[in-house]
Amino acid sequence: MLGKLDWSAIPFGQPIPLIAGGVVLVGVLAVLMWVVVKGHLPYLWHEWITSVDHKRIGVMYILLASVMLLRGGSDAIMMRIQQAIAFQSQGYLPPEHYNQIFSAHGTIMIFFVAMPFVIGLMNLVVPLQLGVRDVAFPTLNSVGFWLTATGALLVNLSLVVGEFARTGWLAFPPLSELSYSPGVGVDYYAWSLQISGVGTLVAGINLVTTVLKLRTKGMNYLRMPMFCWTTLASNLLIVAAFPILTATLAMLLLDRYLGFHFFTNEAGGNVMMFMNLIWAWGHPEVYILVLPAFGIFSEVVSTFSGKALFGYRSMVLATMAICVISFMVWLHHFFTMGAGPDVNAIFGIASMIIAVPTGVKIYNWLFTMYGGRIRFATPMLWAVGFMVTFIIGGLTGVLVAVPPADFMLHNSMFLVAHFHNVIIGGVLFGAFAGFEYWFPKAFGFRLDERWGKLAFWFTFSGFYITFVPLYVAGMLGMTRRMQHYDVAEWRPWMIVAAIGMAVLSIGVICQIMQLVVSIRNREALRDRTGDPWDGRSLEWATSSPPPVFNFAFHPDVRGEDAYWDMKVHARKQALEHAVPEYHDIEMPRNSPTGFVCAFFATVMGFALIWHIWWMVILGAIGAFATFVVFAWRDHDEYVIPAAEVAAIDRVNLEERRSLVSMAGAV
Amino acid sequence: MNLLDPQGPVAAANSTILVDSVFIMLAIVVPTIVAILAFAFWFRASNSRARFQPDFVHSGRIEIVVWSIPALTVILLGGVAWIGAHQLDPAAPVPGTGSPVRIQAVSLDWKWLFIYPDQRIATVNTLTVPAGAELNFQLTSSSVMNTFFIPQLGSMIYTMNGMVTKLNLRADNEGKLQGMSAHFSGDGFPDMLFDVVVISPLSFPDWVASTAKTNAVLNEESYKKLMQQGIEKSRLTFRLDDPRLFDLIATQHIPPGPGPELMSDASRTHSGGDHAR
Repeated sequence: MLGKLDWSAIPFGQPIPLIAGGVVLVGVLAVLMWVVVKGHLPYLWHEWITSVDHKRIGVMYILLASVMLLRGGSDAIMMRIQQAIAFQSQGYLPPEHYNQIFSAHGTIMIFFVAMPFVIGLMNLVVPLQLGVRDVAFPTLNSVGFWLTATGALLVNLSLVVGEFARTGWLAFPPLSELSYSPGVGVDYYAWSLQISGVGTLVAGINLVTTVLKLRTKGMNYLRMPMFCWTTLASNLLIVAAFPILTATLAMLLLDRYLGFHFFTNEAGGNVMMFMNLIWAWGHPEVYILVLPAFGIFSEVVSTFSGKALFGYRSMVLATMAICVISFMVWLHHFFTMGAGPDVNAIFGIASMIIAVPTGVKIYNWLFTMYGGRIRFATPMLWAVGFMVTFIIGGLTGVLVAVPPADFMLHNSMFLVAHFHNVIIGGVLFGAFAGFEYWFPKAFGFRLDERWGKLAFWFTFSGFYITFVPLYVAGMLGMTRRMQHYDVAEWRPWMIVAAIGMAVLSIGVICQIMQLVVSIRNREALRDRTGDPWDGRSLEWATSSPPPVFNFAFHPDVRGEDAYWDMKVHARKQALEHAVPEYHDIEMPRNSPTGFVCAFFATVMGFALIWHIWWMVILGAIGAFATFVVFAWRDHDEYVIPAAEVAAIDRVNLEERRSLVSMAGAV
Repeated sequence: MNLLDPQGPVAAANSTILVDSVFIMLAIVVPTIVAILAFAFWFRASNSRARFQPDFVHSGRIEIVVWSIPALTVILLGGVAWIGAHQLDPAAPVPGTGSPVRIQAVSLDWKWLFIYPDQRIATVNTLTVPAGAELNFQLTSSSVMNTFFIPQLGSMIYTMNGMVTKLNLRADNEGKLQGMSAHFSGDGFPDMLFDVVVISPLSFPDWVASTAKTNAVLNEESYKKLMQQGIEKSRLTFRLDDPRLFDLIATQHIPPGPGPELMSDASRTHSGGDHAR
């Protein structure tokens, strides 16, 4: 009846996951209770859960990423404490628990923190920057988000029902095959990623189409803001790379469920095939994450320097070069497989070539600052912190692209430090910069600068205190994923890294405090202009938060930095006072399709993990039926009458005119 | 285990390339970081002496320079990578004094087996080698992937079931080094440490002779017992019954290790306590 599921799946004997799971469960139930009792449920359902508004979906993506950041961060804290104390002892985490934690940490941080964070920001901002009213496929967008949430839910469910993978975040076979990992851990891993992978692919298709097909009048490719370019590049990579991940995991699942032999030791299975396939996805994935971050920094550096981006065309070229080359370097993840010197050297050099366009980007940001008038608001702090940190990460990255150096450093703590250096210093700093930068746009009030700066300084210094010791440990021969160790010279560095982790945690607490304080003082921090940073691209041309239709009129773009252009224009012409003629606007209707579909996907995923076949069929039929019902819809749009558009837009125009005239007076 | 304290020519060459590459890159990285901080500081909005140049957004000359600097660096480093990858190919011979010693390493679930086919002996978790001689490793795995790595001797290499990888090393100085697995392989992974004992070439034959006197015999049967999952704390030694044992493992004539399912609870020597999951 319930497949492999019975009471032994609940870890009654293990206090840590049980208590953690219990606390989370109580927390979730308390929030749900509060929502129901206070009568917020209809609001949540109509305005958020069923919303197909790209801004709302973007916010929900970021909320998901933030919550999961706390989960993945807790894993990191537990690992750092374990390695600080597990010298010539077992520490406080037995191996099968420790191994789950580092596997979950990697999986969560990449798939459920970094990915939803950047996809959320792209969703929120790109249609606004392009001057359009929505993404290409609004309902599909909602489906994509909810499927990602399903994946996150399943990963967290493994904390209390069963176990998570104990194989590392890429689940290399044959360790991840049934013979060496008979539990449900790898199944939780694989099905979570299969389901959320579909969500990511859908989001990628949607954003590529949006950038290619939905641009406002005059917004040709070479007038798009840099963030739109990096979004295009990143989502092209998603569309090209995620099917590889899906296929690879499907093969692993066939091995595990139906006795196939793609990657098993026996019957001609080949683990080297898995290594190649997973990294053929895995390396582009790194650029899927970091390219949007590059875009965010381009916007931030340009805005806060009060200048257009230096070498815009060069930046576009560099972005697309990275997009293409990133597909040709995957083998550098396993130089130590013994492929031979020609193969290793070619992939080593190809990997280094990526450093060229990346270096160009750094220099272009540098020259954007040159001759600027730099305002050090929180987003700009993250940007400068990023530039310094990312260069160091780039250096160590190029270093491990040199095969003989990699022969010493592969899989070491040096490598761990390297990829955290680029992922924290690049992606996470970028996500935070974007969060601080676009928060006023999404919610209509700024974030508290004092807490924001504290968060930056703690995170920045915490990063170095945590990861410089890991570089050193790697140079002392320490390999990754050690549940305990006996080498005395590693110990001091592990202790320092744990202290660094504490500093990083303070950074996260400051980030939370910033949000709390800002929400409390939101009236004082209110942004009535829609343009709190003196921005340059079109998202700042509408009010904060933007109306559901984003723009009453499709803006007419006449050059790069479209909104800056308009502002200069308006100042010169001492403001137009012509009253525009408003039209009805058609917007997509809200739809529960995404949520319902994800509900059935969750049921199906859970059932597949536990081999509850009748429930698998139920979930599959439910998800398919949802799709059919949506496909049979009659009305998918509603009309906002011109009068309502006019009323909303006038308020915006008033505020904006007062802003421009004030600036003109100065 | 300091990587910058190499005890053999491979590690020495690896770490030289490592250090040289870092310095080549530092030559452009340090000025760039300084420039970032300097520009950010000088062009701060409150600095009235800095000249505001909002129209400085393109310059062909600077573009050429910013594309050239990283490109030239990469050309230089690419040369290092190409030459290094060829000279330090793990399979490339490493000339030494005396006759080379053939060693066949097998990673088992959570221990290392070293077979000396010419000497007809085998050891577990201890690798004894003569100083100065070329060491020819052939490596495979009994079950999951591992990586054979002796940090102070250099180059690591994967071990995979059903496949043989090759590695040549040389240890120059007598003494004790530490080896490990550098690829996560399951619960007992952190205990896959092994001692590397480098002895003088003169005493190596003596060591071989004394090891060959052991009663324990390594054959297919005892190998199958050894490959059960578990951690091995004692340093076992064997006489080698069949010098083709390694080939039987690598060609899967002996099936891969069983994993956790076939394992009896008693054979589990884990110190982590009871894992009844």
